[in-house]
Amino acid sequence: MAEEKRLMKGNEAIGEAAVRAGCMAYFGYPITPQNELTAYMAKHMLDKKRTFIQAESETAAINMVFGAASTGARAMTSSSSPGISLKQEGISYACGADLPMVIVNVARSGPGLGGISPGQADYFQSTRGGGHGDYFHLVLAPKSVQEAADLTYKAFALADKWRMPVMILADGLIGQMMEGVVLPPPVDPASLPAKPWAVGYQDASHRPNNHVTSINLVPAELEALVKARFKRYEEIKATEVRYEEVGCEDADLILVGYGTSSRVALGAIEMAKAEGIKLGLFRPITLWPFPAKRIGELAAKGKKFLTVEMSMGQMVEDVRLAAAGKGEVYFYGRCGGVIPTEDEVLAEAKRLLGK
Amino acid sequence: MTEKTFMAGFGGQGIISLGQLWVYCAMKEGLEVTFFPFYGAEKRGGVARASVIVSTKEIASPLVTSPDSSIVMNMDSLPICEEVAKKGGLMLINSSLVKVDPKRGDLKVIKIPCNDIAEGIGDVKIANMVMMGALSKATGAVKLDKLEAVLKTFFPENKHKFIPMNMAAIEAGMKAV
Repeated sequence: MAEEKRLMKGNEAIGEAAVRAGCMAYFGYPITPQNELTAYMAKHMLDKKRTFIQAESETAAINMVFGAASTGARAMTSSSSPGISLKQEGISYACGADLPMVIVNVARSGPGLGGISPGQADYFQSTRGGGHGDYFHLVLAPKSVQEAADLTYKAFALADKWRMPVMILADGLIGQMMEGVVLPPPVDPASLPAKPWAVGYQDASHRPNNHVTSINLVPAELEALVKARFKRYEEIKATEVRYEEVGCEDADLILVGYGTSSRVALGAIEMAKAEGIKLGLFRPITLWPFPAKRIGELAAKGKKFLTVEMSMGQMVEDVRLAAAGKGEVYFYGRCGGVIPTEDEVLAEAKRLLGK
Repeated sequence: MTEKTFMAGFGGQGIISLGQLWVYCAMKEGLEVTFFPFYGAEKRGGVARASVIVSTKEIASPLVTSPDSSIVMNMDSLPICEEVAKKGGLMLINSSLVKVDPKRGDLKVIKIPCNDIAEGIGDVKIANMVMMGALSKATGAVKLDKLEAVLKTFFPENKHKFIPMNMAAIEAGMKAV
């Protein structure tokens, strides 16, 4: 029987989806606007006799996730922009050690402490390897409470499959708003595939030591490891790209947006339709890997793009790279916690189309 | 059908509960819903606001910037609601606390003495429920016919004794329009 639709906050839906995905350990530190997620995990992880720790800092939390993930457990942390910055060192280490984990960023406006209102200015940090060293990790961007739950659930499977951290990049609006959600079925953690690389449990198996580490002091060996990882990145780019497309083929202008901005863009598209103006929507769901190939195809058909973001223009650079000069790329953004309105976006689209 | 509503009042008047119950009922009636609250860092008081959308189709932006209907629960909320209301939009005013008329002449205004009606039933705290009844009647967007069942899941067991009072407030609000 299908699950009943529930009314939930985005933060809570992410928490419940993680519990259902078999998350065995959560480590967090409070920050607005993601506090309901930490609170939800405190209540429900302990109810299920799983691990919940409110760490002494964000840095401690991400390193606790490193430890839990090293033992093969599905593990997670969450925070918001300034807290995610603090976790970047740990994320780099996890990428260097090929550790699966889920990191949730319910982003707010920045830079610095910024404000507690929704923002999308963490795109560069999320998609370019926010810490030091040569690395990438999957980044998934939900547009609704339903998708926040679905992508969180999926993130655990992707993390295990590719042995890498997966980031959920939401924003304060997705985290705080309530919508209807049908939750995915609970996974029995005992049914998950074994992780032969994990540490621990040697008292039973007497197997040789496993090492989970990012350190390697032999340049040739480290180069080979990084190159092998980049080969894996190419496989991910070939198989894991996700996006949503609405009316792009016959649009005079394609709006490109992710998460909350894509919802605003969709509203502008509906208003334009009523005025007889054809706008399309291209919504990347994976921000890394970015759906560059499809944007390239649309650009090759001479399409024009208007990228809409809650930042001063970050994803627009990926759209430009993907369009490779074949299609014109424009930008409209608001920042500082201001959410663009459907009217503003429509007005900009009309200006660009000379209407 | 898409009904975008902007709700405002002072912290403690039950704006957040009102918005949540409105979308909860709408969801049970098979509609798509989104509820986005915003309030300041105040522990008490301050203006509580909610963007609420119910629709028969997928909802685009969850942010209500040009509401079809707005709810004004106190004086401080009137200028905020007047600034955003759609041209010719519906404005439901709690006339127990708001004694002045909106400056804008294009709005369709309905005045409901929510606090007085609620006190008449037995508790001023259910003024928000009176307003929800009025919103249902005035917009027709959410019928609220599943509210009683919703309240049973919304309130803990020891508060179920207050459900009849809440239902009476809804009915009184519907009648006041």
